[in-house]
Amino acid sequence: MRAAVVVFPGSNRDGDVARALRRSGAEVVSVWHADTELPAGTDLAVVPGGFSYGDYLRCGAIAGRAAAMDAVRAHAARGGLVLGICNGFQILCESGLLPGVLMRNVNRRFICHRQFLRVERADTRFTSAYAQGQVIDVCVAHGEGNYFADPATIDRLEGEGRVAFRYCDAEGGLTEDANRNGSLNSIAGIYSEQRNVLGMMPHPENFVDALVGGVDGKGLFDSLAA
Amino acid sequence: MKARIVVTLKTGVLDPQGKAIEAALKSFGIQDISGVRQGKVFDLEIASQDREQAEATLKAACEKLLANTVVENYTVEIV
Repeated sequence: MRAAVVVFPGSNRDGDVARALRRSGAEVVSVWHADTELPAGTDLAVVPGGFSYGDYLRCGAIAGRAAAMDAVRAHAARGGLVLGICNGFQILCESGLLPGVLMRNVNRRFICHRQFLRVERADTRFTSAYAQGQVIDVCVAHGEGNYFADPATIDRLEGEGRVAFRYCDAEGGLTEDANRNGSLNSIAGIYSEQRNVLGMMPHPENFVDALVGGVDGKGLFDSLAA
Repeated sequence: MKARIVVTLKTGVLDPQGKAIEAALKSFGIQDISGVRQGKVFDLEIASQDREQAEATLKAACEKLLANTVVENYTVEIV
């Protein structure tokens, strides 16, 4: 597994996601946002978390149109894997790789806490190390994570089984309290039509080492590197 | 030519900032208001002297970057 992590001015989780990927056995290189190509042989392009371009205009708006994103779009069109986390999810939505948009949290607060997620399907390249319906314990840290799309898009995502993760309680229940940013249908992450692109707000890369509080995020990187 | 672009949230899209601003206004004693929605204004200059061409440029700017048409509407005005 060869992964390329795209770094924008203002990215700050690129180091953590690279470390998580390496721990699971992937080779990782960094790609600068102005680069027009991904390294030859790239299997996975990663758009990491942070505050690209200071979140100016809208979160992910400027990064979504950066030169490196043209290369990521071309990679996705060839069937290559793409993972966007947090700001990376916002960037994937702004770039047109995923539908919808991440709006300001409904509670108007930056939320930063541990978060349970329900794994909606375990038959994808991103989730094979998990079980379907498994509840995992990861982290969220965002001010704009409120997933919104028009009703037709939501119906399509649900109908095609493209919801990757939902915010839930410890038992997997979809409660209002577990969905603090107000996302439609408690959506925490979605796949592209071919399921080769995944965007998610929570941070699996935070929890890959028991030393820092948990290992439930490791399954995602193990799945990718398998 | 100078132009102004106004970007607003579409009807029905939740605007937590607008709600907070409305609550703040009311707390300052400005009671007779409702439905506050926050938007963005961009003032800019265009080199072209041709009005139609300028409008096309402004529209392209909105579609390409300034508005996210999933949740936002925009209007362009040459002033």
